[in-house]
Amino acid sequence: MIDLTVIWACIIGFAIIAYVVMDGFDLGIGILFPFFKVGQDRDTAMNSIAPVWDGNETWLVMGVGGLFAAFPLAYAIILPALYAPMIAMLLGLVFRGVAFEFRWRDPAHRAFWDKAFTTGSVVATFAQGIALGALLQGITVEGRSYAGGWWEWLSPFSLLTGVGLLVGYALLGACWLNWKTEGGLRRQTVTYAGRLGIGLLIMIGVISLATLRLETQYFQRWLSFPGVVATAQVPLATLVVTFLFYRSLRLKRDAQPFFWALALFGLCLVGLGVSIWPDVVPARVTIWEAAAPVRSQLFMLVGASIMVPVILAYTAWSYWVFRGKVGIEGYH
Amino acid sequence: MDAIILARAQFAFTVSFHFLFPAFSIGLASYLAVLEALWLKTGKGVYANLFRYWLKIFAVVFAMGVVSGIVMSYQFGTNWSVFSDKAGPVIGPLMAYEVLTAFFLEAGFLGVMLFGINKVGRKLHFVATLAVALGTFISAFWILSVNSWMQTPVGYEVGANGQFLPGPSWLTIIFNPSFPYRLFHTVLAAYLTTAFIVGAVGGWHLLKDRTNPGARKMFSMAMWMAALVAPIQIFAGDMHGLNTLKHQPVKVMAMEGHFQSHPHGAPLILFGIPNSAEQRVYYAIEIPKASSLILKHELDAPLSGLDTVPPADRPPVGIVFWAFRVMVGIGFAMLGIGILSLIARWRKALYDWPLLHRFAVLMGPSGLIAVLSGWIVTEVGRQPFTIYGLLRTAQSASPLDAPAVASSLLAFVVVYFAVFGMGIWYLLQLMKKPPEAHEPPPSDAPIRSAGITPAPAIIEGASS
Ligand code: HDD
Ligand code: HEM
Ligand code: HEM
Repeated sequence: MIDLTVIWACIIGFAIIAYVVMDGFDLGIGILFPFFKVGQDRDTAMNSIAPVWDGNETWLVMGVGGLFAAFPLAYAIILPALYAPMIAMLLGLVFRGVAFEFRWRDPAHRAFWDKAFTTGSVVATFAQGIALGALLQGITVEGRSYAGGWWEWLSPFSLLTGVGLLVGYALLGACWLNWKTEGGLRRQTVTYAGRLGIGLLIMIGVISLATLRLETQYFQRWLSFPGVVATAQVPLATLVVTFLFYRSLRLKRDAQPFFWALALFGLCLVGLGVSIWPDVVPARVTIWEAAAPVRSQLFMLVGASIMVPVILAYTAWSYWVFRGKVGIEGYH
Repeated sequence: MDAIILARAQFAFTVSFHFLFPAFSIGLASYLAVLEALWLKTGKGVYANLFRYWLKIFAVVFAMGVVSGIVMSYQFGTNWSVFSDKAGPVIGPLMAYEVLTAFFLEAGFLGVMLFGINKVGRKLHFVATLAVALGTFISAFWILSVNSWMQTPVGYEVGANGQFLPGPSWLTIIFNPSFPYRLFHTVLAAYLTTAFIVGAVGGWHLLKDRTNPGARKMFSMAMWMAALVAPIQIFAGDMHGLNTLKHQPVKVMAMEGHFQSHPHGAPLILFGIPNSAEQRVYYAIEIPKASSLILKHELDAPLSGLDTVPPADRPPVGIVFWAFRVMVGIGFAMLGIGILSLIARWRKALYDWPLLHRFAVLMGPSGLIAVLSGWIVTEVGRQPFTIYGLLRTAQSASPLDAPAVASSLLAFVVVYFAVFGMGIWYLLQLMKKPPEAHEPPPSDAPIRSAGITPAPAIIEGASS
């Protein structure tokens, strides 16, 4: 029999991947923004994402909305547990979201809104990374609710994942601009991409090792025989992808480095899945314990199976409309 | 202060701010679709110019609506986790449908609507505008269904673990008894809100230059909306109230300020100062038996008062009473300006009556105020429950420490006033400029134009 709960876990996993794929690079551009030259370069960087950022961010709403609908118990436990980082993320998103419009409306304060764009992007990214770390390291649950304090999320590990995500999104942002721009800005981002790639690899290594020590569950998943034969493929694949990433960068490819960087992220998410499956609150609550009843899941599945392909189709269309390099003669 | 009061204040603050933007953008998206349709049909430049004029404003409003909305989708979990756990199986799927059918649609086509006209051509661009307008409506549909279910819960079962579970029919849940009324009344409210902002901008520019074709056109369009929609809205509000009387009589008692029961016809209290502690209304100006006439269509019909309700189940009366009067007062003022505009048209003086234009400018924010007041009636009148009659607000909140909620509330207040305050100021700057014969597209910013202007497709025929 098909298990609806597993399907929903996959859909939400998909929404999270889609979010990282799409919003990661536009947050990354925010992180790198202060390093770009004021004027043409910054405007081009901004223009490369202006038509799509809103759609990208909607995947975040989809992830959290899907969690609420399919796993209400998990939503009710996780959000209070991550109270401070979640509020920080939301406020960060407020600043960067309005900066897209406000910086054009008010040239006199453009420098201010550029700063707001960067600060918002950094805060939102850092908070997302912290949230991930806090969940992985385990939160206090009693009965049907969160039972820890309001600083429980803060730990060296969660700060580490926060920094890791900053590096990762910045890498995606650099690769996106390498694809969408030309000239000086592009040369600059290629350099950044090269360095951030190394940074990300280091972060992945450190975080992976630290994760193994968090819960015995994670350690056993990864390192006990015979599972290790399968799980070892993940770090191996990471090495291969890294090689391909640097090769495409050296060959001055437009789009390829971006997709290889995404592949790196994909592998991290696979690793995450290996560690926590089938829990929705890692090592605390399984997807079946948190699941909404069949009637809720079935009703939504009808909608999701019709709408998700439609959404993907028109999202692809809108990316297609704005394809090619940005802000350069002959662009149309 | 305890964490519950703070959490309520936080929810009320963030949702009120959020709703200001959709109330405007639901109407504005439809207005833009109408303008573009008229332009495609007639080819008249004045429509193209107005379209571009309001498109710039739309972009700013929409951005604020989106970021404040994202906050809302987290608020249920951060501040009302017990409520989310219990009600999630019923309202969660409705909100998921909102994301799937509305948010993606709006966001997906917004880029093309704002920046894409030269890339996709006029027809496809119009499709994008329609998609955005449709998305805003679908969004209202689902979220109002959720809210209405919390007001008039039906079609659920209660699970062993205390969760509300969906019953056999989703249609019963979606189309719960207060939903059709709330949807109709709120969507009309959004149209009126937009119409009055457009009318105020038109009136403002007419006061400076009566010949500006854009200002004339928008003023005229807005006044048609006022004249036609305001009466429908009053009628819809009346129906909504009768429906509320049927399903949430206690809320109506608070709206009317009826502390005591009136077995032989209840008076309509026009104004007064309700005092919940003493259970009476000071300085009341009343029309005898009129309340029974409005609510029961009979002068001597008995109406129960709050004295029939246990004190623990009574909503706060003062806020509900006053918010209701503000909304209804504005409704009638809107009707008034609509009638004046008809008289002006009949006397062929629509563009030459500065008093009318001043009145319209004054009424600019009236829709926003009415909308907020209406929501306050609805939400405060539902107290002390989050799910009417079933789940108390006090039992819905997250297990949070008061300092955590207090600091986040403070952060929201500071950030919202600063950021959205700036945004509203930018909106006013945009509205201060008169609509021109060669209205630049939203991409008028210096560099954006490198990629997007010159805009041949839209410049043609754009001189009015
Ligand atoms: C432009 C906005 C606007 C205007 C002019 C009016 N309303 Fe309204 N009203 C709303 C905007 C609104 C609203 C924001 O859309 C509410 C809040 C929740 C809802 O369902 O609609 C609302 C709620 C609301 C409720 C509460 C229903 C409930 O909670 O169960 C009643 C009884 C009325 N309205 C009645 C009226 C009457 C009799 C009006 C005319 C004189 C009127 N409204 C004008
Ligand atoms: C349609 C979607 C909405 C839903 C699902 C919703 C739900 C809720 C919830 C869960 C609360 C918190 C519990 C409580 O204190 O009652 C609340 C309170 C409140 N909401 Fe709404 N709300 C919605 C729309 C709005 C809008 C658009 C406004 C105003 C513009 C609004 C104004 C308020 C106010 C003023 C309170 C505080 C009432 C009080 O605590 O005394 N709501 N609502
Ligand atoms: C508590 C209740 C509410 C929640 C959780 C909520 C959630 C959201 C979210 C997440 C967005 C951003 C969508 C995006 O990313 O594009 C949004 C925008 C929007 N919401 Fe709400 N919302 C609430 C109340 C309302 C109400 C009461 C209405 C209308 C009746 C409404 C209408 C809209 C519209 C039209 C937009 C599009 C943006 C705009 O037009 O400004 N929302 N909302």
